[in-house]
Amino acid sequence: MTGLKDYFFSLFERLAEDLQSSEDLLGNFLGERSDFVRFNAGRVRQAGEVQQYELALNLVSDQRSARTMTHVSGVIEADWEHCRRLLTALRAQIGSIPEDSHLLINREVQNSDSIGGIDLEPAEHAIEGILKDTSRFDSAGFYASGPIYRGFANSFGQRNWYVRASFNLEWSCFLENHKAVKSRYAGFRWEPREFEKRTRRIEQTLAFLRRPVQAIPPGRYRVFLAPAAVAELMATLSWLAFGAKNQRTRQSSLARLALGLETLNPAVSVIENNQAGLAPGFTRTGFIKPARIDLIRQGKHAGMLVNSRSAREYGLAVNADSEFPGSLEMGTGTLDDGDILKSLNHGLYIDNLWYTNYSDPNQCRITGMTRYACFQVEHGQITAPITPMRFDESLYRMLGSNLIAITRDREWILSGDTYLRRSVSSMRLPGLLIDDFNLTL
Amino acid sequence: MTDSIIPLFRSLLPRVDFCSLRIVERSGQNLCVRQNIVEPIGNHFSRGGHITVLNQGGTGYAATSDLSRSGLKAALDRAVRWAELTSGRSHPQATMQGIPSEPQSYRSKTRLEWSSRTTAEKLDFLIEINRDLNIHERIVDWWAALYFKQMDVLVVTAENEIHQHFDLITPYLGAVANNGRETQKRTFGSASSAQGGLEQLERTGFKNRAALTAEQALALLDAPDCPSGTADLLLMPNQMILQIHESIGHPLELDRILGDERNYAGSSFVTPDMFGHYRYGSDLLNITFDPSVEHEVAGYRFDDEGDAGQRVYLIRNGILERALGGASSQKRAGLPGVAASRACDWNRPAIDRMANINLEPGTSTFDGMVASVEHGILMETNRSWSIDDCRNKFQFGCEAGWRILDGEIRGLIKNPNYRGVSATFWRSLKAVGNPDTFEVLGVATCGKGEPNQAIHVGHASPACLFERVDIFGSPG
Repeated sequence: MTGLKDYFFSLFERLAEDLQSSEDLLGNFLGERSDFVRFNAGRVRQAGEVQQYELALNLVSDQRSARTMTHVSGVIEADWEHCRRLLTALRAQIGSIPEDSHLLINREVQNSDSIGGIDLEPAEHAIEGILKDTSRFDSAGFYASGPIYRGFANSFGQRNWYVRASFNLEWSCFLENHKAVKSRYAGFRWEPREFEKRTRRIEQTLAFLRRPVQAIPPGRYRVFLAPAAVAELMATLSWLAFGAKNQRTRQSSLARLALGLETLNPAVSVIENNQAGLAPGFTRTGFIKPARIDLIRQGKHAGMLVNSRSAREYGLAVNADSEFPGSLEMGTGTLDDGDILKSLNHGLYIDNLWYTNYSDPNQCRITGMTRYACFQVEHGQITAPITPMRFDESLYRMLGSNLIAITRDREWILSGDTYLRRSVSSMRLPGLLIDDFNLTL
Repeated sequence: MTDSIIPLFRSLLPRVDFCSLRIVERSGQNLCVRQNIVEPIGNHFSRGGHITVLNQGGTGYAATSDLSRSGLKAALDRAVRWAELTSGRSHPQATMQGIPSEPQSYRSKTRLEWSSRTTAEKLDFLIEINRDLNIHERIVDWWAALYFKQMDVLVVTAENEIHQHFDLITPYLGAVANNGRETQKRTFGSASSAQGGLEQLERTGFKNRAALTAEQALALLDAPDCPSGTADLLLMPNQMILQIHESIGHPLELDRILGDERNYAGSSFVTPDMFGHYRYGSDLLNITFDPSVEHEVAGYRFDDEGDAGQRVYLIRNGILERALGGASSQKRAGLPGVAASRACDWNRPAIDRMANINLEPGTSTFDGMVASVEHGILMETNRSWSIDDCRNKFQFGCEAGWRILDGEIRGLIKNPNYRGVSATFWRSLKAVGNPDTFEVLGVATCGKGEPNQAIHVGHASPACLFERVDIFGSPG
């Protein structure tokens, strides 16, 4: 772990030695050593390791900037000349571009060092148990584990370093006709008992899924959205809703909330909780994120995520790296887990939503599908699994007039995304009891 | 780079049943001008290797950005170790048997290299487009961007080698209009990813679309909402490609049918027994897999498992013929497929992908299709897409629509959406546009796989007419 930190900071310092008097240099390091195991039907589909280190260099001069992102080997002697050539190319580019009035970088040095979860066991220890247990079912899944590194350095002397070693297992167990239950187990130390607990829960859910499927007609239903289903909604909301640029250019799906034309249920509060999330506390331009940012407070607009470009453009303070939440958290309510079915009484228990997208961003209307273990509930009892259904509903209604209750407990959902690199995003979310939820197909 | 790595790799080959190396060297540039301001130039460069080892019924891979002798050796050791750990409990994989013994190659047909214009010239071009987009005070955001990437891919085994070079370009522009009550956006280019260089800007008419894009964004603010009900639906090529992608391309992927994707991207309503006789659509529906179409973004000679690509029908006269699966999936399913096993980069293993999936042109003229519609909607440019995990129940929305009444296009409408079920939707295909309506398009980011991969896929299609589709706008 120390090796990569030394590598990054030493390489950066050597590169910074070449800077001319008008130039500043920013460096970002993104690395991972990840074990990936994909399995299906009791056998391994693909298994292996990805070791990748990326270096981003951002050369700034006279209110102009150009950046380059490159994979590096992690060995200074092998990477030094290559990076130096890239820096020279940036210098040549910068001379030919106009001033960038939205450019803003941090010049106030704030160092940090954050290391966590470094006693993660090798993947093969977990894999043996996973393959043994999951082969009892018709299952498919994916296990990812290993350390993730992030670093920042600038020519003003700021140094930030971040390491998290974690694992993330997501797997689905199937019956006939695609009936399935999905489970997740993520953390920093593999505990066989925790995994077994989830396996037992899968068995209980499969018992309900073995009942004959109930086809339900489109219409309005009282529903309970489990935290994983809420996470799917929040992921789509996060895409457009909370960023300063989208709010100021009226592209935010919560523009009407931001303008005070709509309000949500006063029980709804949403924050970006940097302190409790997994993501690094620094931005790619060197700013340190605040501990928390209120986005929605008691049903009303409270704030937005501001990256360095928006900060400059709109005269705001930087509080985020990107303008999409990375550590979203929704406030709790009063509904106890043990009372969910009783409170739902007649309706649908929705474990997961899937493939959500905006059907009308102006109305914050979102469409998507039910997926995995979703059930009809009558008289407070699960009666039958339901066929996958499409919904199309405004979030202003879901979290506004139609919101009945929010659970007292929340689930911490670590993102399993691995596009380009393993994600460090997470969400902490409750379940939601909602009336008149619109199913359309 | 590749000349020296081939003997190095071969000198390090372990004693296993099969071992291959895929080297990807990628570089590119992202240029964007937003609201007349040049955003930071984004350059990217990457080089790394992906090793696959198959041994005694086990499978292992290792990917590394350290291509030194010691880095490559360490990666080989890790791939061998994973093959040992999974020995006897892995799905079978293909071993690149079909590669000709002499070295093979492919190169994009690029006429105007990215480097033939300076960065300043390209930025001036984007600044000019920004001026064309900023036509009114109600235009509250606007941008023009060029994304360029070139990739050199080398696949090498103990005996064979394949070199392929790709130039990929995506132009993108957009305008956002707001009247204080609502926002409407029009864009152009997100479906225009192509193989080639700067000549593609002229082919796609990129610059000329700027003013029209901004004008339509403004006009949408005052347009009536899309009506609700059942109507004929005329889809333009840049929405057809989304329809093909989601409800034909993905359901035909063999790894979905085999269940590999069911924990993430989902499964398919298509089952192995359907091939050869299942009626997927009306007689007018002809779908090909064709990696040989010039400039279509996912063209190549060989996929990443070393299979040679060639044009084949997936659906002919409405009947399902063939799945989209590479050699490994074909081996497991016992079904014929296509050379479509692809990885997005050196750091990901190859999986079944779409490549170029095209709807073959028919005989109807555009005017003839419009004239045949009594009550219908024309939709253009995808805005929203959602489909179930078996790729059946879908809902798609477009940026703009036009009413068709009594055989004439009458006026712009906003928030047009439609929904249906894949298994029956394609049977309502009533007319297929002739080659005059045909466009070769592509998208840069199709996502699936664990670990996740986003890759470019090509689609070409004429305008198509569907009957009795459930359409709707925004109820407010």
